Amino acid sequence: MKEPKDLTYGPGAPDMRAGVFSNIGDRIFRGVTLVFGAMIMTLVILMVAEMTRNSTLSFRQFGLGFLSHSEWDPVHERFGAWPFIYGTVVSSLLSLILAVPLSLGTAIFLAELARGKLSVAVAFLVELLAAIPSVTYGLWGIFVLAPFLRQYAEPALAAAFGFLPMFRGTPHGIDMLAGGLILAIMVTPIISAVTRDVLMAVPRTQREAALALGATRWEATKVALSYAKSGILGAVILGLGRALGETMAVTMVIGNRPQVSGSLFDPSYTMASVISNEFTEATSDLYRSALIEIGLLLFLVTIVVQSVARLLVWRVGRRLKEAKA
Amino acid sequence: MMSQFRKMDSQVPKVTSVKIETQQFNFYYGGHQALFDINLHIPEKRVTAFIGPSGCGKSTLLRSFNRMNDTIHGTRMAGRIWMDGLDICRPDLDVVSLRRRVGMVFQKSNPFMRSIFDNVAYGLKVNRLTRSRAELAERIEESLRQAALWEEVKDRLHTSALALSGGQQQRLCIARALAIKPEVVLMDEPASALDPMATQKIEELIAKLREQYTIVIVTHNMQQAARVSDYTAFLWIGGLIEFGPTNKIFTRPDQSMTEDYITGRFG
Repeated sequence: MKEPKDLTYGPGAPDMRAGVFSNIGDRIFRGVTLVFGAMIMTLVILMVAEMTRNSTLSFRQFGLGFLSHSEWDPVHERFGAWPFIYGTVVSSLLSLILAVPLSLGTAIFLAELARGKLSVAVAFLVELLAAIPSVTYGLWGIFVLAPFLRQYAEPALAAAFGFLPMFRGTPHGIDMLAGGLILAIMVTPIISAVTRDVLMAVPRTQREAALALGATRWEATKVALSYAKSGILGAVILGLGRALGETMAVTMVIGNRPQVSGSLFDPSYTMASVISNEFTEATSDLYRSALIEIGLLLFLVTIVVQSVARLLVWRVGRRLKEAKA
Repeated sequence: MMSQFRKMDSQVPKVTSVKIETQQFNFYYGGHQALFDINLHIPEKRVTAFIGPSGCGKSTLLRSFNRMNDTIHGTRMAGRIWMDGLDICRPDLDVVSLRRRVGMVFQKSNPFMRSIFDNVAYGLKVNRLTRSRAELAERIEESLRQAALWEEVKDRLHTSALALSGGQQQRLCIARALAIKPEVVLMDEPASALDPMATQKIEELIAKLREQYTIVIVTHNMQQAARVSDYTAFLWIGGLIEFGPTNKIFTRPDQSMTEDYITGRFG
């Protein structure tokens, strides 16, 4: 093989070298966007670093026992995060149990059945729910939901399912059940909107294939659901992420008592609530440090949950692309 | 070319009965009319091809035969389509039982994200057509053999259907359609996304299936229509220009427009 003759710098060759000032606009553009991108990364790293630094005091004092201790006594400076971890996890799971069927139903209706203006109107209302400030949900929770739970719902549940420990105890109205319900209402728009998008991304031909084989509408919808299942799981986990970190509305209705109780009728406390409620009262360094450690924990948990959700949604997108190719 | 037609002629028995008959059939997408007064006879156990330029309404007509257009919002039809004396246009028709009798193969292969076995089993399961697992397996083997796919997949029935090649996927879709033993098989450009080798396999398959099924095929490829079909309908902007035996349409059509299209003068 003969080497091609290099004419780049030969006599008579056009000067193709990039000058210092050529494409200056592109260089500035690149630089500026790079700085913005780097700022976000730096922000995340700084947050973790700062929270870690500020929680060292608490971590030195309590070690890993911080996670499992259920005592929260600011007067004697004994801090354990277990009641908050428990409250956060249980209220979030409760909200998912209530919200997932509702959201799936809404999403299936919007993506498969509703047509024209009705579909647009319902989709708009669902998205509107996501835009309502959480303090508004909290107010509604205090003045409408809690009295309703105390007077009607909880006594009825206790009468019907009182044999289960979760439905025993005095109905408070301001309790774990109220927290879970408020969260369920708040995560429903997210789960149903993402599920709807995932369902709409399922190729038409999948449903048509099922229908052409004599499937009913419900059976064809099941095909679409099974095609989209990991995306739907992603939507649910996205909702979980929101429920874990939600602060204001939950704080207003969950009762804010650091205790671990098997009954949904007992007040509880979440990680986000304790931080927002007690940070201004945290007079000692150790108290403040313990709250920051809870914040760090919450931060790490939500990052993991969000990453898993993104990964699942991304996998569906990739699989759809492969199926199309 | 000519010898091929003669060979086909000799294979076609003279007596044929009509499977599907359209009567003054009109179709509308919202305010847009897609089909105008279509009168057409689809002969039983023959291959009928619909040809014509893009947007001429051939797919719309095909999809009217199993009411697949019902899934599109805002469509409307007028006129009649008879299948064995049954009006399949009537609004109160049980489309599920119609689709069990009229199977369909789509332009792009669309296997479910399941195993090969479960793909073919789907129609049998939703229609509860088999009584035992053994019968199910039997029907699946039979369908895969009919679709000339059995030898290629028999050792990996429980692997994903998406791992098959494009041509194999399309034959799987044919096997899936055949499994529920339809009377009519509609094919909407079944080979347009395939390479020449895979296309040839599909065409051989159609030639084999015409003994048992009434097949209606939409195709962009006129050579394909000439090779596989017994009858050809030429549609143009929503109207049926000419319908007749394929060898006649391709050699001495009555309409000059048909001749112009077939010889490639337009479209």
